[in-house]
Amino acid sequence: MNGESVLHDEVVEARAPWSHVVEPGCTLRIVDLEGNQAVDCILYNADDTAERYSAPDTIVAQGNVFLVAGSELLSNEGRPMMTITATSCERHDTIGGACSRESNALRYGFHTRHEHACVDNFLLAHSGRGMGKRDMTSNINWFMNVPVEADGTLGIVDGISSPGLTVDLRAHMRVLAVISNCPQINNPCNAFNPTPIRVVISR
Amino acid sequence: MVPPPPDTSTTFTAREHARAQGTRRVDHQPTVPAADAVGVADEAGVPVATERMLWDDKIGPGGDSSRVLPRGAALRLTDVDGDACANLLVYNAAQPQERLNVADTVKVQWQAYLGAGSLLLSDMGRVLLSITGDTCGTHDALCGASNQLRNSRKYGNGGVHSAYPNARDRFAVALAKHGLGRRDIVPNVNFFKGVRVEPDGALTFVGDGSQPGATVELRAELPVIVVIANTPHVLDPRPTYDVGPLRITAWTDAPTTRDDARWHAAPEGERAFLQTEEFVLTLDGGSPSGTSP
Repeated sequence: MNGESVLHDEVVEARAPWSHVVEPGCTLRIVDLEGNQAVDCILYNADDTAERYSAPDTIVAQGNVFLVAGSELLSNEGRPMMTITATSCERHDTIGGACSRESNALRYGFHTRHEHACVDNFLLAHSGRGMGKRDMTSNINWFMNVPVEADGTLGIVDGISSPGLTVDLRAHMRVLAVISNCPQINNPCNAFNPTPIRVVISR
Repeated sequence: MVPPPPDTSTTFTAREHARAQGTRRVDHQPTVPAADAVGVADEAGVPVATERMLWDDKIGPGGDSSRVLPRGAALRLTDVDGDACANLLVYNAAQPQERLNVADTVKVQWQAYLGAGSLLLSDMGRVLLSITGDTCGTHDALCGASNQLRNSRKYGNGGVHSAYPNARDRFAVALAKHGLGRRDIVPNVNFFKGVRVEPDGALTFVGDGSQPGATVELRAELPVIVVIANTPHVLDPRPTYDVGPLRITAWTDAPTTRDDARWHAAPEGERAFLQTEEFVLTLDGGSPSGTSP
């Protein structure tokens, strides 16, 4: 990102939420500092948050479930919100959703019900912006690996990221990006060890 | 000869003209009362007593219908001519901020494809609808709904007023009648049109899995708001707006209980039923095995 002016540069603690507006033409870079850290992410039109990222619209438009360099991230109204202009991680997930305390209980047992989870991070981030549970929708899982087998079996398996890998997202509208630096410890999405990430917004 | 125009020049003749229309019948309309539906039998083939009938509707291309159903209700979708595409959203009627979560549905059950035995899970780890029967086999939990922009590009128009209504705006209209809005539209499931994921992640449309009369049988495990549109699947390769009529039938029945094999079919599902039961206990008149509220 040489020659560009950095507008915001922050390390997001392990397990923490983060949100920021990315202006049109600006680029949000997410850095997987220590490797294999899932970064759950929802995008909203900052001027009308009823328009938000749509995993179905995005995967249908590109005809593939994996997000890669060049993928256009579409809203629920079918409009481009951001483009993946570059990424050093082979692919990213958008069908695996966000972990929640309620779904963790189903997946791993009731002993996980009081563990921290991405949905709680999103709800906390929303609570400071006049948003709430009705604003929860499909999300992206940067650096997360969710293959689908021939018989439809799908699941989160060992990551394909490594320390320092990045994804760059250029905004096509005023985007409110909301991130949960995933706290999951019951599956390999964070290599069983949630770690910090770095977020950089530049013009 | 063109028939003479009706005399609607006064309130009295206009009223007479309006009332004369009441006995008309069209291909796509509800049966009211639902008890007048003819020949409805349950999954076991046993005729459903008329007093148990809750809903009987037939929606044509681009239409929608919605209803609040009690816990335990049986809901049948019928692909009348073998070319319907039921776009379905479902909410907990007791607290509609709880709604279908397709990502949790496929992730929790370790399965991308819906079929008999699948549970449609809420974002609160509970079962909204369970799929008890399926004679089609090709459905979709990944591809979502059409929107105005997409249908305008593909068909030349996409408005609900046009011949090519988009599913998203159909959902918005139907949800508004239940006090919900555009923020409440989440990714939906589609029945009778399917999709498969190739090893490289590519999506392949499966449009020929259904046949005339194919059914999907669902069970309301909570009191639910069900919203259904009948619009072409977003990956349907046909350039024209092709979708066949969809019949929706519902009647009172019992929710899944611990006596059912479905309750115990998978550990994730069993915990989902337990969390559902936990919620039902707090409802007025709630009982884990009862058919109320």
